[in-house]
Amino acid sequence: MVRPGTGAGEDELAYLRTDREFRNVLLVELPDGDFAVLIAKLLFLSAFQHLNYAVLAGGTGQLAEIAAKTVKESAYHLDHATQWTLRLGDGTTLSHQRMQAAVDEVWPYTYELFEDVPELRAPWLSTVDGVLTEATLTRPADTADSWKPTGGRSGRHTEALSYLLAELQVLHRAYPGASW
Amino acid sequence: MTPYAAAASVVDPELPLVTIAELGILREVTEDPGGRVTVSITPTYSGCPALDAIRADIATALTRAGYHDVEVRTHLSPPWSTDQITAAGREKLAAAGIAPPGPVLLQIRPRCPVCGSPDTEELSRFGSTACKALWRCRTCAEPFDAVKPL
Repeated sequence: MVRPGTGAGEDELAYLRTDREFRNVLLVELPDGDFAVLIAKLLFLSAFQHLNYAVLAGGTGQLAEIAAKTVKESAYHLDHATQWTLRLGDGTTLSHQRMQAAVDEVWPYTYELFEDVPELRAPWLSTVDGVLTEATLTRPADTADSWKPTGGRSGRHTEALSYLLAELQVLHRAYPGASW
Repeated sequence: MTPYAAAASVVDPELPLVTIAELGILREVTEDPGGRVTVSITPTYSGCPALDAIRADIATALTRAGYHDVEVRTHLSPPWSTDQITAAGREKLAAAGIAPPGPVLLQIRPRCPVCGSPDTEELSRFGSTACKALWRCRTCAEPFDAVKPL
């Protein structure tokens, strides 16, 4: 087992962990086959990260330093995703349809973002609602029986992660210790 | 040459007209009694691909100046801002046709680096590099890169 905090280096963590050892949320591993899906993922994730890193930046130590740097960069990503969401949502009939389909497809995966920080969902919704409204898009309704896929934080992933890891790790597994 | 002068002479690989000191990337250079030189730099963007090249260039510049025991450290705090680009750095950028960034808090439109007109418009949020945007002057019609305030 290769785990963070056990003295493993960057290469071990990136190239030698199995899917079960990754702790990322499911949203970030979903396939990017459709550009609208990629933008929906970036919008939802960067809006969350911007809030989350602002909280962490208020702490102390190295984590706070990294977070302070990342607050500025997540604002940049959020701006990029916002511009594209507006352009696609409030664009042509076809781009609107595809952006709305992407929002609907990715939405269930946003619940997992807030499992450890439920207090961030209200401000996140406020940001996301503003962008979707301006982009003439409809936010999927929250209902008690909404599908809320989860498990990424405990290592239970979608099959999409295995495809990603196969591609990203193949060289290091074929040539252990390779550097370039 | 002092170790600071040697490190400060390194230019940015993507903006070779300005030095890392003028860009605010170079934070501190210290030399201990044993001759060991420690150079502190900060990344502009944390994913900036130029940082590895800058690190190698600093080591090379110091070796050439006669300092053979060199360590380059990366510091994140306080985060880099375009406000840390020096006046000399801004002048060099403008002279090369790249509009320097305005103060982060004001978010004003860049002036045209060719004719100086303030009547400019953004064409694309991303220019020749991720840290620049593509703008156009409405007065002289010249398109130009502008460093984004961060």
